Amino acid sequence: MAGKTINIKVKVWRQGGKYPKGQFETYDLKDVGTDMSFLEMFDVLNEQLVSKKEMPVAFEHDCREGICGTCSMVIDGQPHGPMKGTTTCQLHMRSFKDGATITVEPFRAKSFPVIRDLVVDRSSFDAIIQAGGYISVNTGQAQDANAIPIEKDTSEKAFDAATCIGCGACVAACPNSAAMLFTSAKVSHLATMPQGKVESQKRVQAMVNQMDKEGFGMCSNIKACEAECPKEISTDNIALMNREYLASVLGSDKEG
Amino acid sequence: MSDKLKSNVPEGDLAEKWMNYRGTMPLVAPGNKRNIEIIVVGTGLAGASAASTLGELGYKVKCFTFHDSPRRAHSVAAQGGINAAKNYQNDGDSVYRLFYDTIKGGDYRSREANVHRLAEVSRDIIDQCAAQGVPFGREYGGLLANRSFGGVQVSRTFYSRGQTGQQLLIGAYSSLSRQIARGSVTMYNRHEMLDLVKVDGKARGIITRNLLTGKIDRHAAHCVVLATGGYGNVFYLSTNAMNSNVSAGWRAHKKGAFFANPCYTQIHPTCIPVSGEYQSKLTLMSESLRNDGRVWVPKKKEDCKKDPLSIAEEDRDYYLERIYPAFGNLVPRDVASRAAKYVTDDGRGVGATGLAVYLDFASAIERYGKSEANMKGISNPTKAQIVELGEAIVKEKYGNLFHMYEKITDENPYKTPMKIFPAVHYTMGGIWVDYNLQTTIPGCFALGEANFSDHGANRLGASALMQGLADGYFVIPYTIGTFLSKEIRTPIYSAEHTDLEKLKKENTDEEGNIKEFITPNAPEFIEAENAVKERIKTFLNVNGSQSIESFHRRLGRIMWDYCGMSRNAEGLAKARKMIQELRAEYHKDVFVPGSNEEYNPELEKALRVADFMELGELMVCDALNRNESCGGHFREEYQEGGGEALRNDEEYMYAAAWEFTQDNSDWNLHKEQLEYKDIEVKTRSYK
Amino acid sequence: MNWFVRLLTSSLGRKLIMSLTGLFLITFLLVHLGGNLQLLNNDEGKSFNLYAKMMTTNPIIKITSYGLYFFILLHAVQGLLIWNKNRVATGTKYAVKKKSPGTTWASNNMALLGTIVLVFLGIHMGDFWFAMKYQTWPDAEAGRELIKYTLDDGTISEAKNLYGKVNWSFSQAWIVIVYLVSMIGLGFHLWHGFESAFQTLGLNHKKYTPFIRLVGKIYSVLIPALFALIPIMYFLGMRFPDWLVFHFI
Repeated sequence: MAGKTINIKVKVWRQGGKYPKGQFETYDLKDVGTDMSFLEMFDVLNEQLVSKKEMPVAFEHDCREGICGTCSMVIDGQPHGPMKGTTTCQLHMRSFKDGATITVEPFRAKSFPVIRDLVVDRSSFDAIIQAGGYISVNTGQAQDANAIPIEKDTSEKAFDAATCIGCGACVAACPNSAAMLFTSAKVSHLATMPQGKVESQKRVQAMVNQMDKEGFGMCSNIKACEAECPKEISTDNIALMNREYLASVLGSDKEG
Repeated sequence: MSDKLKSNVPEGDLAEKWMNYRGTMPLVAPGNKRNIEIIVVGTGLAGASAASTLGELGYKVKCFTFHDSPRRAHSVAAQGGINAAKNYQNDGDSVYRLFYDTIKGGDYRSREANVHRLAEVSRDIIDQCAAQGVPFGREYGGLLANRSFGGVQVSRTFYSRGQTGQQLLIGAYSSLSRQIARGSVTMYNRHEMLDLVKVDGKARGIITRNLLTGKIDRHAAHCVVLATGGYGNVFYLSTNAMNSNVSAGWRAHKKGAFFANPCYTQIHPTCIPVSGEYQSKLTLMSESLRNDGRVWVPKKKEDCKKDPLSIAEEDRDYYLERIYPAFGNLVPRDVASRAAKYVTDDGRGVGATGLAVYLDFASAIERYGKSEANMKGISNPTKAQIVELGEAIVKEKYGNLFHMYEKITDENPYKTPMKIFPAVHYTMGGIWVDYNLQTTIPGCFALGEANFSDHGANRLGASALMQGLADGYFVIPYTIGTFLSKEIRTPIYSAEHTDLEKLKKENTDEEGNIKEFITPNAPEFIEAENAVKERIKTFLNVNGSQSIESFHRRLGRIMWDYCGMSRNAEGLAKARKMIQELRAEYHKDVFVPGSNEEYNPELEKALRVADFMELGELMVCDALNRNESCGGHFREEYQEGGGEALRNDEEYMYAAAWEFTQDNSDWNLHKEQLEYKDIEVKTRSYK
Repeated sequence: MNWFVRLLTSSLGRKLIMSLTGLFLITFLLVHLGGNLQLLNNDEGKSFNLYAKMMTTNPIIKITSYGLYFFILLHAVQGLLIWNKNRVATGTKYAVKKKSPGTTWASNNMALLGTIVLVFLGIHMGDFWFAMKYQTWPDAEAGRELIKYTLDDGTISEAKNLYGKVNWSFSQAWIVIVYLVSMIGLGFHLWHGFESAFQTLGLNHKKYTPFIRLVGKIYSVLIPALFALIPIMYFLGMRFPDWLVFHFI
């Protein structure tokens, strides 16, 4: 697995500081190891820039093992790059050809304003969770965990929805900039489990209202979100949320 | 015992201490809670659970994270699971057994009463998390499933596939979100704590930097809770997240909080080996893999570069099974890591660098395949059928880990054994706390990995999540009352009350004494703020020629080479000098681009690396001081029979709590003697 | 805000409107196709003209047709509003545009496809409804006269010769091409719209969804193809063989 290197050009969106309006800058990188991760390639680029006393490219990253959801780049038109079910930090340079020009842009959506270069503000996701993405249980109120049996497949289904890492790739991928996959994954995770069923009617209305308030677009079932989601969350969750929402608004006495 | 270290462990029987203490400790009445403000720094498992629970109780909480969202804290990356003494498997587990395993796993260097409390509340954690909707793994009957982790002989680990940490954190984050929505917690994302503020000897607030704008703010409160995680990134390469750092804890340390057992570092045996110079971090492969994976290296050195599949069974050395028949592949982490070091030192390491061992699933695949074939009623299954069925089971159990391994290494672990090697993973040391989780600064508390208390010299797998949540959900909400119950008469003013003289007048009693009150406009706050601004300016003005990253890498190299998996006095002494030199060079020649008044991750890093350098030196000091081997601390001079750790209980059965002195490179040692009344201290053996 | 107003203005509520009106229009297409296929009977337009007369005189159908116009407009206007809202929500466009793997071209271009169908509807209505009412086409004489048909029970029924208009229109190559292009557009619109309507209603099920999808795919190919068959056969001067006489309703 060792040894191979490639030469590439990286065309990166720079915004802020020297680039008040935002523009692309192209950088040459020589002898990039193919075992390098995509972010490590950026580390190398940034070391180059720092050695020239320039501002490094700002990009967000943290765990670098595909679980924190911090990294947020659109690589050659795809959030998190070309590899399916993979976050940017787990993408490796072996996915690129020698001599390639790689275009890297920030996640684009009105509700994800650019902070600097490739860094965007995703606090709208927090607002959606705060609107109702929880089960109202205080610490210490819980009964024994085994008092609520949950059928294995049901539990697995809830888990599949719960694997969302809140990275925002769904919004970035969506031609409508909708946040349906994110919101529905949470709605679905909680509504699928008996613990969460209790307040599911209120929850779905509150979360959908908040999602709308945050200015996200509307879903037209293109399913680009599912295709680009690093955790491969299914759009079945969106159907479930639609169902939950309509049932709640039309079929219950709850008002969101 | 040092008189500055009062462990405040309650009297009474070990098993009843916590219950009795909880029933008698001072409380803060609901009406008073509304007037009391608490700062919580960090939103990992410990921080988020503490902030949300304190919010639920009615306190006014301000919660800080340097992340863009509380959900991103590195607790999210824990894979394998969380322990709890539920005994759902009916395999003989109990609170005492979890307590015993943890003390023994920690090589008799943790505080007995804390560990027992941890074992007690472990059960409540599972209940709480299940109620929050954490999707734990389940059996077909709908009840919770368990698996085994290293260093124990029962199955007590609850899990959510390979992302237990993420699921538990989402649970805590959603609870926190609920409190944020209710207004009981005010959340400050993208704010980094740069200093602790002490007024009249008590922790009364923090200085933060807004990471987007660079604005330095003063935040006052009745007390400060630090849940800021571990310091493994001092090694540069570790399984920690890129932004994990020691700064919050280190700032508290410099303000008077003792730092305990910094040399206890956990080196995790199953990580993906380093592949090149540019490497920025190491990726863990969950310990749960050792449930089914068998660790081996070739018996003969000349086989090391061969295709592992071509090496015959009799030419393989399943060294963990050979040396430790009782626990086999599931020995604790320190033991497994050291064993890997020995075989690679012996020249039998595999992979391009020779710094790797195999973790092989072939026998598990075969075993599961046969059992599946049986269940499916396939008589005389072919080899291919068995492999196919077996791989399906392994995929179900560890699919995401295998997937991740393949993505990183470009090798298929179903077909060829994984290559793994130890890497820095967790730090057992941390800020010294008493039984109430209070540091040596009154009003400053430390939770989770940031404190030192529960894991001794080595942490058992799946216990970090347990401790973080225990501290946050079930310990601090009670024990914080021991401090706050005395604070109910101390008013707090917001920053808008700028007229300090007026405040003084308002708080003067009839006899002319000025009562205690809290304001972020107090001179101590102003002073701390100015010091922070000064520190930032200094770094920006160095304008040297080397990148921060390069210094960090060099620091990490020193730490790994001399204070890593094994240490010796000579190396440690050398390391100390090297670190001091590196520190001096850093302050002379580092280059920090940009300015303070902008989004500037390099500046953040510059401040963090500076603190790591100071900590690195203290770690070396501590390792040098501890003339014994125990758990994650292995001194080459102190070993017995085949490289097993040789403890010195006579002289070193204490927690080493280091007090910062203004000298900046010299610390005072305080010893907290450890007593084991309910457990027999033995040589730790997993053979 | 009243819950009902909020529903109709929420993103999911607006999608609900799209879904329900879409499903209504899908149903309408079947009816419309059934009627139109009578054009292919080799009977000089008798069955079709009588059917058309029934459609224009039956009060229930008349009322329904106003509903239909309303739903078409609602579907179109709502669709355009959503398109605009999404355009705003998207903000800056990507420099590199790439269709996500596994997504259909149709799903990415629903607004464009819908607009094609809408423009077609304008032409179509102008060509038949408007032209019939105001007798505007060059060969208008042929459609003006009322034709007397003898029904099966011996009674006489007088009907406008809409068939004559169709015959004229579909002899014009450009009209035939407009129809063909539009039917392709409609097909793509349905290719996504059919299953999308069910997804929006939340009617998603492990067992039934694959079936719904299959029906959707068949529908979106077959129905536009049958519609397109009419102008093609007219242009080529072809009709059903004599043994095949299709009667709708």
